[in-house]
Amino acid sequence: MSTQLTPILTDFWDDPQSWTLATYEKHEGYQGLKKALGMKPEDLVQMTKDSGLRGRGGAGFPTGMKWGFLPPPDGGPRYLVVNADESEPGTCKDIPLMMAAPQFLIEGVAITSFAIGCNHAFIYLRGEVVHVYRRLLRAVEEAYAAGYLGKNILGSGFDLDVTVHAGAGAYICGEETALLDSLEGRRGQPRLKPPFPAVAGLYARPTVVNNVESIASVPPILLHGADWFTEMGTEKSQGFGIFSLSGHVKNPGQYEAPLGITLRELLDMAGGMRDPNKKLKFWTPGGSSTPLFTDEHLDIPLDFESVAAAGSMLGTRALQIFDETTCVVRAVDRWTDFYKHESCGKCTPCREGTWWLKQILGRLEHGQGDEEDLEKLLDVCDNILGRSFCALGDGATSPITSSIQYFRDEYLKHLELGHCPFDVRESTLFHKDRVTA
Amino acid sequence: MAGDNFGMQTAAGHLTVAAESKEPYTAEQLAGLDADAAQVIARYPQKRSALLPLLHLVQSVDGYVTGRGIDWCADKLDLSTAEVSGVATFYTQYKRHPNGEYTVGVCTNTLCAIMGGDQIFDEVSEHLGIGHDETTPDGKVTLERIECNAACDYAPVVMANWEFFDNQTPESTKALVDDLRAGKDVKPSRGPNKVCTFKQVSRVLAGFNDGLADEGVGAGPASLAGLEVAHEHGWTAPKAPKADSTKADDESADNKSSDNKSADAKTDAKADAKTEAKATGDAKAPGRHTSGNAAANDPDEKPTAQGTLFDDGAEGKGKEGKA
Repeated sequence: MSTQLTPILTDFWDDPQSWTLATYEKHEGYQGLKKALGMKPEDLVQMTKDSGLRGRGGAGFPTGMKWGFLPPPDGGPRYLVVNADESEPGTCKDIPLMMAAPQFLIEGVAITSFAIGCNHAFIYLRGEVVHVYRRLLRAVEEAYAAGYLGKNILGSGFDLDVTVHAGAGAYICGEETALLDSLEGRRGQPRLKPPFPAVAGLYARPTVVNNVESIASVPPILLHGADWFTEMGTEKSQGFGIFSLSGHVKNPGQYEAPLGITLRELLDMAGGMRDPNKKLKFWTPGGSSTPLFTDEHLDIPLDFESVAAAGSMLGTRALQIFDETTCVVRAVDRWTDFYKHESCGKCTPCREGTWWLKQILGRLEHGQGDEEDLEKLLDVCDNILGRSFCALGDGATSPITSSIQYFRDEYLKHLELGHCPFDVRESTLFHKDRVTA
Repeated sequence: MAGDNFGMQTAAGHLTVAAESKEPYTAEQLAGLDADAAQVIARYPQKRSALLPLLHLVQSVDGYVTGRGIDWCADKLDLSTAEVSGVATFYTQYKRHPNGEYTVGVCTNTLCAIMGGDQIFDEVSEHLGIGHDETTPDGKVTLERIECNAACDYAPVVMANWEFFDNQTPESTKALVDDLRAGKDVKPSRGPNKVCTFKQVSRVLAGFNDGLADEGVGAGPASLAGLEVAHEHGWTAPKAPKADSTKADDESADNKSSDNKSADAKTDAKADAKTEAKATGDAKAPGRHTSGNAAANDPDEKPTAQGTLFDDGAEGKGKEGKA
């Protein structure tokens, strides 16, 4: 095994009080902020660009460049909004990070705000994780009390307020402009771009929207230097990231590693497949919106370029692993149900398209319909991809087109038999216990 | 609540709303709500941003979004009731009919469903005799199918009032709902020492900390899986070149990525030049600007050849630019 794990953000999650400020300070906490406050904001932006840090929320856009897009200060407010609306199916890295070590995020918010000239930052957390909200509220309270937030932070003259805001259940609010509308007290629907948030974001003011893990990575980068960060990862996908393994693996969980690690290596670390006699069938490299991979793709380096070259996307590094007991049509049907449910209704291709996709997939899973339905699915996908208002519509097509590409025969098998060929019980976590009991 | 048509739509699309939903708040309730609202509104530069927390606050008093709650939000934020209703009906956590004391949500998104969520939902549904978004006759438990709740490494997952119950089985979830109905204290896998009521949790979601943050674990076993492997092998993150070498770091980094930098600088300059002129867009009354028609709109601005000028709005969505 060539690649080793690099616990950085996950380093002290096993501390009994990992979420407190005291624990964080024992692990270099807020030393990055102290260093930052002695630097020029533009040097901080440059350092982030030099580090090569790319957005950890899925799209992989260079974080420092995003900061650099803000127009020059005009005397009015500028905002940092942290996207903590983690809800892409399979993605489960930001929630445990904020549960176990929320101060990483708070310090990152303080440094980033200083770098971009923001005096009021927001963390938009999805509303369905109330204990994480408690931890964030507490972390902000502790940071205020210690003088890391508030007026004249550490005597620097820099002021920063942080508001932690809870959403109310809507996948679309993870789309950055929908998130801004939601934060403004509206229905969470995406905005036309341009103008991009950097120009007209929250309250039509210049705004940076960054993912939790991106911002949490800033303090260690600042403390140890851009070089330290670029030493990890690949040439174009630098640094580390949290890889989330779930599904039919022996030890699902969070594995923090340099970008470019392979699933084969990760699976090895995670103890292999749950049942060694059951082969890996398909997996998502970065959530349900990224085209499926199969066991052919085990050795693809999980970095932005290699995954894209193989026809998918690194996304959020949400590695959902399914073994051969799983019906791919059922999996895709359920994801499609999700996109239909979560479509915000703003644009026609997504609103109508996801509904029709669900109708067709629903009947295919039950062995009804005919082979032409596969072409119809692909045709509907073609009418959504690139024609919907935001990336949610595009994402809805990924599992469908990729599953037809790799598993057309399995769709046909459903039609041949007139029902799903799989026993749904076999793929469950508790199947074995029940059989032996 | 069960049995009547409350919250149901007629064929014509009219929502059945009970008269009680419109009954005015008592003076005491109103005083409490108004005091809380003042605190919530003070958190935001524009008061409309307080709408989501205020709707959570309404649920903390009424147990769902009532007619009177909508009137009250509209009044507090200078909005029409239609604007408030439009928001309240968009988000799934806002309940349109009285909710049980505990919402039990079984994740039936793909991964959890396959790992057993479907079977859990079916068995619990049969056990309780209720379906999705229905409440037991004793008003204790509302059963829901929920979407991915960001705990896939603990699949199948069940949420009780938005606290995590990890690695569930049909048996464990049936025991959970039985305990909740019997009024027993129930402890989540990762969360406070006991599950709070729907109304209590709604108040936290409005941003009022209940002081329970220090209860429960920092991380569950799956969250620590990678860290344990690293400990076993003695793996750590690389050490920084020198303990304190700000200058050296910066300089070497500067030299190293000068190619990238010049490209960045060009893009920056372009973006800056474009934005400078229009950043001075006319000011709107607080809480009143229409975000879709922001003054800074520039029809000629286009994404770059790389696909995106900025992030393609896909933060958290696992999407690159459009194909």
